[in-house]
Amino acid sequence: MAASFDLKNDGVVVIIGSGAGGGTLGNELAQKGIDVVILEAGARHEYEDFVNDEWDSFTQLAWKDKRTTSGDWRVAKDFPNLPAWIVKSVGGSTTHWAGASLRFQEHEFKTLSTYGKLKGANLLDWPITLAEMEPYYAKAEAKMGVTGTNDWPRLPGNNNFKVLKAGADKLGYKECHTGNMAINSVQRDDRNSCQQTGFCFQGCKWGAKWSTLYTEIPKGEATGHLEVRPNAMVIKINHDASGKVTGVVYADKDGKLQEQKARIVAVAGNSIESPRLLLNSESAKFPHGLANSSGQVGKNYMRHTTGSVYAIFEKPVHMYRGTTMAGIIRDEARHDPSRGFVGGYEFETLSLGLPFMAAFLDPGGWGRSFTTALDHYDHMAGLWIVGEDMPRAENRITLHADMKDEHGMPIADVHFDDHPNDTAMRNHAYKQASALYAAVGATRTFPTPPYPSTHNLGTNRMSEKAADGVVNKHGQAHDIKNLFVSDGSQFTTGAAENPTLTIVSLAIRQADYIAAQMSAKTI
Amino acid sequence: MVTIYDGKPGLSRRELLKRGGIGALLVISGSAVISPEHAWGLETSALKPETMATLIQMARDIYPHDQVPDKYYAIAVKGHDEQAGKDAAHKAMIEDGIADLDKKSGEGGYRALGWEDQRVAVLKQIETTPFFQAIRGGLVVGLYNQKEVWPIFGYEGESYSKGGYIARGFNDIEWL
Ligand SMILES: Cc1cc2nc3c(=O)[nH]c(=O)nc-3n(C[C@H](O)[C@H](O)[C@H](O)COP(=O)(O)OP(=O)(O)OC[C@H]3O[C@@H](n4cnc5c(N)ncnc54)[C@H](O)[C@@H]3O)c2cc1C
Ligand code: SF4
Repeated sequence: MAASFDLKNDGVVVIIGSGAGGGTLGNELAQKGIDVVILEAGARHEYEDFVNDEWDSFTQLAWKDKRTTSGDWRVAKDFPNLPAWIVKSVGGSTTHWAGASLRFQEHEFKTLSTYGKLKGANLLDWPITLAEMEPYYAKAEAKMGVTGTNDWPRLPGNNNFKVLKAGADKLGYKECHTGNMAINSVQRDDRNSCQQTGFCFQGCKWGAKWSTLYTEIPKGEATGHLEVRPNAMVIKINHDASGKVTGVVYADKDGKLQEQKARIVAVAGNSIESPRLLLNSESAKFPHGLANSSGQVGKNYMRHTTGSVYAIFEKPVHMYRGTTMAGIIRDEARHDPSRGFVGGYEFETLSLGLPFMAAFLDPGGWGRSFTTALDHYDHMAGLWIVGEDMPRAENRITLHADMKDEHGMPIADVHFDDHPNDTAMRNHAYKQASALYAAVGATRTFPTPPYPSTHNLGTNRMSEKAADGVVNKHGQAHDIKNLFVSDGSQFTTGAAENPTLTIVSLAIRQADYIAAQMSAKTI
Repeated sequence: MVTIYDGKPGLSRRELLKRGGIGALLVISGSAVISPEHAWGLETSALKPETMATLIQMARDIYPHDQVPDKYYAIAVKGHDEQAGKDAAHKAMIEDGIADLDKKSGEGGYRALGWEDQRVAVLKQIETTPFFQAIRGGLVVGLYNQKEVWPIFGYEGESYSKGGYIARGFNDIEWL
């Protein structure tokens, strides 16, 4: 049975956010018998409540509270108040996510050593190696049911994949398959297998796709050690005179402020909200915000070098049928500076429904050049580019100088400028993808600009030295022993791979560390 | 209130044609924009019906899909009439925007320009105005989020209730 803890209970671990990082950490700790309260800003919608409709689902699940943007990225112009497409709901962005689950490559934990110093980039090696991560990757894959691991078959290829594969073969790409997906290809874990509905981004109504909402959270609740409190928006983390955190202040479902006491606080609100919260928790003792003696909180915001390419063919494709992202080409993920950039990128199949295609194909576009593309919607195939982008100090989350949300908390501004390496990589990928589709007979291709960020990373980064980052190799704040960061904001650099498998692996690893520290009474 | 209704819009087809002139695609009658050919009408309450007719043409010129009937463009812009009823500034923006469009189009106004290219040339002149952006921005959802237009584009929409595509062609591509 789900637990229920008193506000004054100062023995609990409070986790802020119930997504990939927070939901996993909560369950892992609960399994070890540790009492946990997850405070989640969003409401709880179970998977039966999801809707197969892009805008309705967005309205139901997405984070729509106002944010502002600046910088030279096109999102700032086209979606000035929607820098990120992420979720505010129990389960976090694992309700919306597509399920692509890839391990990082070895060199991606050592970018400064591998790529060298790059002008305008704030590269740094992770304080962890792939070898240290491997056992946790294995646990995460087993937990999430990742296809192509643990003898689970890969998903069958849909129409969009078949076009991708035909093009990959023509171009001589070698590593092309239906991916490593946290989607059941067979029934397991008391959940259905994928029925190819094609609404992975809208929440999987079959429960085939892993989401903390219906895996980690109910499992944690079943231990009697986990309480998930929805509609609880944390606005400040409190600390005592010694600098230890003591609890959090949150606005409850009626907008009333409450304080939940805590022994340990773990922040997992995704990479815009987590630094926003730390910055907003400034005090006389910590005038620049909590855990910010390095000045790195909010900096090095990364979003992956992304973009899409859609192509039109003479004959129908119906790309929207079936699993949205079960298709990948990995050949370009290597680090090979002869291509004109450091790091690499993946190609993954992607499809949007007609309503989102109209909104995202060429935001602001109009006239026949635009509409004749949509006229052939059912003849379209599409892919997504996801590559490593460069951390930059000036790409950052800051508190808005005067705009506040309904609780009086300053809203977040997201500043982002592409690094020349990002631009070179994106252009390379556009060219390769266009060639790939042309090889299968595309009559027209569309290099489509990045959408509002679905991958948000790096704003509380891990570092060996306290001067270089916000948290250590366990996600523990360098400055405050009982404060942790448990989401993608810990990432030192972004790698070419989709981030969630790494977020989950880090959360499993962090749970072991927290439990050990608690029994050793060091926190 | 704005109502879109199918079927007889009150006036007989003969009367409509008499009033609107032979060949007119959209007919203004009282406070309504009527499509005699396709038997639907849109009644306006805040905006002038002429304004609404021009908006419908403008919507088609912004997102021209020759296979999509006017009715869906009318539905896509009707929200501006509702909003104009509640918000005087919005009403002024639309009426002034359309008046400006007509002025830039010369004698007979925007709807009198025979070729899409001619009308698009006028739209290009106002592309960056808040008026144009409000109309265009509203259409992205207003037009493309109508479930009734999806089949015209070959988009099948909701699929859960049909058991997904696992047995309905998720991998049926044949031409590769
Ligand atoms: C459409 C889409 C497709 C994606 N596809 C993939 C994919 O295929 N593979 C992949 O690896 N990743 C994918 N992602 C990204 C993935 O969803 C995220 O990387 C991951 O969920 C991030 O985990 P997180 O724990 O950092 O944050 P989230 O999962 O976003 O969870 C954060 C939670 O914290 C809550 N919160 C924030 N602030 C507060 C506060 N102050 N108080 C209380 N609660 C708060 C939020 O409401 C949210 O529920 C996708 C994302 C989207 C949107
Ligand atoms: S395609 Fe598969 S994973 Fe995606 S929503 Fe449908 S059943 Fe779920």
